[in-house]
Amino acid sequence: MFPAPIQDASAPKRYAYYAAIIIALVCWLMPLLAVILTSLRSLEDFNVGNYWGMPKEWKFSNYADVFRQTPMLRYMLNTVIITLPAVFGAIALATLAGYALAKYRFRGNLLIFCMFVAGNFVPFQILMVPVRNMAVRMGLYDTYWALIFFHLAFQTGFCALFMRNFISTLPNALMESARVEGANEFQIFWNIILPLMRPALAALAVLIFTFIWNDYFWALVLVQSDAVKPVTTGLSALRGEWVASWQLISAGSLIAALPPVAMFFILQRQFISGLTLGAVK
Amino acid sequence: MSSPQQSVSFQSEVAPRRKRRGISIELVPWIFLAPGVIVFAIYVVIPVFQSFWLSLFDWDGLKPTKTFVGLGNYNELFQDEQFWTSLKNNIYWLVVFLLGPVIGLAIAILLNQKVRGMRIVKSLFFFPFVLSGVVVGLVFSWFYEPSHGLLNTILGMFGLPSVSPLSDENLVTPSIIAAGLWPQIAYCMILYLTGLTAVDPEQIEAARIDGARGLKLLWHVIIPQLRPATFIAVVVTIVGALRSFDLVQVMTDGGPFGRSSILAYFMFQQSITNFRMGYGAAIAVVLFLIMSVFIAFFLRHMIRNERG
Repeated sequence: MFPAPIQDASAPKRYAYYAAIIIALVCWLMPLLAVILTSLRSLEDFNVGNYWGMPKEWKFSNYADVFRQTPMLRYMLNTVIITLPAVFGAIALATLAGYALAKYRFRGNLLIFCMFVAGNFVPFQILMVPVRNMAVRMGLYDTYWALIFFHLAFQTGFCALFMRNFISTLPNALMESARVEGANEFQIFWNIILPLMRPALAALAVLIFTFIWNDYFWALVLVQSDAVKPVTTGLSALRGEWVASWQLISAGSLIAALPPVAMFFILQRQFISGLTLGAVK
Repeated sequence: MSSPQQSVSFQSEVAPRRKRRGISIELVPWIFLAPGVIVFAIYVVIPVFQSFWLSLFDWDGLKPTKTFVGLGNYNELFQDEQFWTSLKNNIYWLVVFLLGPVIGLAIAILLNQKVRGMRIVKSLFFFPFVLSGVVVGLVFSWFYEPSHGLLNTILGMFGLPSVSPLSDENLVTPSIIAAGLWPQIAYCMILYLTGLTAVDPEQIEAARIDGARGLKLLWHVIIPQLRPATFIAVVVTIVGALRSFDLVQVMTDGGPFGRSSILAYFMFQQSITNFRMGYGAAIAVVLFLIMSVFIAFFLRHMIRNERG
């Protein structure tokens, strides 16, 4: 194991290590701790200049105020409406594509795989004008569908890469024996491959849920009205309205961040296995 | 795009029957591929080419007609001071962002211990990665706030003069990059933590017996074994640096006086704010060409790995 296990070190070294971890962690999370503290502060505190001292009272009602005074709830709901179908669609299409790329040899296989991988890395700006025009022409601009379709299509690239690599690890013997028993190619996919993919599906779902939830650029480009705006552009718009009400901006930011953060803490293992795919080997 | 009719030389290791229910086996992979390939082509592949084409026109995005200007947009771009500022900032981002893998590795080594509670510590180090750019931007805007922000409060405690990171021409870009590094370091850290679990313990023991320890052990034994993690960390960091947009938009809007602009933001500003879609497309093409170098590099590496 590297570095050497700290348990083997002398007691002072061990305590120094624990202290170092705690100090590093506090420094690391400092900007966020500041926001948490501010989100619980009352207006009176700000008025008397008490920015970083002990709050006079803990104002949990700032969070309620965000929902009461702003369309935050609407924004959150919009994000959910956009994110869920896009995640589901991208994973469905990518699973099919990943299976074809992993288990069939045909001319163009590597080329299509490269297309998915390369497409996944392009800067969004090179897609922006055409995608926006397409949305406008199809009458989808400023609707949920503009964002759902784009995210679905774009994430298919990343998911196909992931799925293909995962399905490649499944033994060919499984398919072979199913064929001997007379199953057709689609039955093999549905009855043999798909059930084995549950862990990969979960990992991928958590990961791209976060990607799509956090999207800001496309939300800025493809929608504008409050009725469809997701939480990222919503929050940024609220900031313009609140200007110096940092307790509300802080509370709003934390609310917007909560769903992906909660998802991450609950499904950590899946999340990290999706993210670190390829970090070993 | 290849069409489903294209002939395929099927030579799976498992030889399936040639025909089933009238569907030729050659068609099967294309049926699985079609939906994904079609939507990906519509939303990603074709728009890339459309942007190239569009960059040759003058267009406000509203009028039905576009005016062909040849390379006029590029000509103008190379004379545009804002373009050079943005490009320079992009390079700045790219170089400084490479601290991500370095610091990420350092934190991963610090945390790679089997101690009670370490799992939660690792999660706390990692989770800035799941925050959206908007939230990271707002968190750091408050941290940097000139009159009451925590940064200046801390500087004040040490008797240091206060700074206004986001309105100072020289501080603005490094300050935004620092905010961008926060989630990026977290990502690199998790890649290295995973990589470290796969390091061969026998080699470490052998090296220790030979008297290697500390930095020497790290450099000669550990880092070579972390190559796959390093490769991915560097790739995602470069892509992240060139893709960054959210933080600039949220924290400064490119300001003060366009000093913190980067190509992604400059492009957005020209197309959406100034209604210059053709000019914006030309900026996007430049950004795309820069990225292509890295995409090509990544693909080459991947194909080599495939062919083993």
